[in-house]
Amino acid sequence: MTDALLEIAGLSAGYGGSRVLWDVDLNLMRGRATALIGRNGVGKTTLLHAIMGTRLASAGSLRFDGTDLSPLPPERRARAGIGFVPQGRHIFPQLTVMENLETGLSARGGRGTGGVPAHIFDLFPKLYDIRGRAGGFLSGGEQQQLAIGRALAGEPSLLLLDEPTEGIQPNVVQQIEAALAHVRDTLGMTILVVEQYLDFVWRFADDYVAMQGGRIVRAGKVAEDPAAEVAKLVQI
Amino acid sequence: MDLFLNQLFNGVSLASLYLLASLGLALSFGLMRVINMAHGEMLMLGGYLAWATLLVVPGAAGILIAMPVAFVGAAAMGGVIQTVLIRRLSARPLDTLLATWGVSLVLQQAARDLFGAVGVEVRAPAWLEGSVELAGVVIPTARLFIIGVAVAVLGGLALILLKTRIGLLVRAVNQDRMMASATGIAVGRVDLAVFCLGSGVAGLAGVMLALLGPVTPSVGQAYIIPAFLVVVMGGLGSITGTTAAAVILGVFAALAQLFVDVSVSQMLLLVFVVLFIQFRPQGVVAVRTRQLDA
Ligand SMILES: Nc1ncnc2c1ncn2[C@@H]1O[C@H](COP(=O)(O)OP(=O)(O)OP(=O)(O)O)[C@@H](O)[C@H]1O
Ligand SMILES: [Mg+2]
Repeated sequence: MTDALLEIAGLSAGYGGSRVLWDVDLNLMRGRATALIGRNGVGKTTLLHAIMGTRLASAGSLRFDGTDLSPLPPERRARAGIGFVPQGRHIFPQLTVMENLETGLSARGGRGTGGVPAHIFDLFPKLYDIRGRAGGFLSGGEQQQLAIGRALAGEPSLLLLDEPTEGIQPNVVQQIEAALAHVRDTLGMTILVVEQYLDFVWRFADDYVAMQGGRIVRAGKVAEDPAAEVAKLVQI
Repeated sequence: MDLFLNQLFNGVSLASLYLLASLGLALSFGLMRVINMAHGEMLMLGGYLAWATLLVVPGAAGILIAMPVAFVGAAAMGGVIQTVLIRRLSARPLDTLLATWGVSLVLQQAARDLFGAVGVEVRAPAWLEGSVELAGVVIPTARLFIIGVAVAVLGGLALILLKTRIGLLVRAVNQDRMMASATGIAVGRVDLAVFCLGSGVAGLAGVMLALLGPVTPSVGQAYIIPAFLVVVMGGLGSITGTTAAAVILGVFAALAQLFVDVSVSQMLLLVFVVLFIQFRPQGVVAVRTRQLDA
């Protein structure tokens, strides 16, 4: 067992004929939060989908906790312990908040028992108040909390988040930040979070990787490199 | 007036048959966007299974045993078709259409070879043979029974979809397939379960047809066209819409038969649906699924 929970090597992916990711190498260390940053269209979302299996990589290898992910469909990757909070949230619109959370239980496979873990409502008390409401009627902030809660219900060891603060008001952003720091610090969860809003990730992430044109061009620790400097470098 | 009421009632019982025949199509189209051209043969299979069951278990309870037998038999056949053909062709809808049409022809021919082209008769048990009088209308018990079965199936489906874990997973896959798989839901297994369930309901429909007339190799063909019309008018996959469309079309067809013969009424049915879709392309009930997705 290495220190890396996810090991990506030489990963390429694209849409039809056009290639979006070029030879991406990335290791995510256990129990650390990594910020993935870069301008619009550099391929951040594509990379998360390639990890999740909802878009297949054309080359390269993906190892999660020692197993090769490549032959596994998304549901098997989820059951192996990868939770996904996609861009746009993808809440099931006609399921209630509670039902949305319950779908997340599928990812547990054989691990864990019981219903939706209570700590999700501790992290996001609002979700409990609106548990009977249809997902499609929630505000953007509520949907984002629900999407994170749904991923956490599967008790993942790796949590992928794609722009969780997109269009969200400051106090909810703070709640999300606290929740992510909490699951990392108390559950030892590994986190990969795509973000444009650098101040937010620089407050709680440990590492960062910056993408440009489908490649990773820079990586480091957030404590060592100021956000403004990195932002300038990758032209965000 | 009596004639009108009588035909109205016939319309409701025809609607029940339409509903049982189309629910499976609507379910699998809603979930997988595939059309199973061999769906009519699930009705036929149900009919022959009812006939075979009654050979083994004659008497009053025979038909009640035939129903689960037909359900399970048709569900199993549906499962085989889904696993062997439809799942493998999921990215090619046109090929699915052709392949399942081929299956339909093969199954019809197999029935012809096994049981003959003339068809077999299922004798309804005595308790289904009489009739009851309701508000001056004489209603055959068998038709009342069919309506009861359709209502029970609809209630059962609603219960499964709304109150069980598998129902929750079906709704999740239906609303956002990508997200469902990323949430850990085995989407392939959900597809299979829904396809089996839909085929099983068609098998039940076959038992009901057997109560009304002979079971022939082409018995499914007579109901598959109205079933397709019901699904189209119902908004392609919505259960509520399918139910409403079945009632509207069943009553329409029955009332049309007051004035024209059966084949002309079928044609009028088609014209009616085409016109309806012109004015309301989303079907009777607008499906909110998908459009709400960000
Ligand atoms: N489904 C698709 N079909 C074709 N091209 C796509 C598709 N999705 C994304 N792309 C293209 O792939 C490239 C990378 O897209 P991606 O969504 O990964 O970028 P991103 O870094 O997440 O951007 P953003 O910050 O705007 O979310 C873009 O040029 C985009 O136009
Ligand atoms: Mg993106």
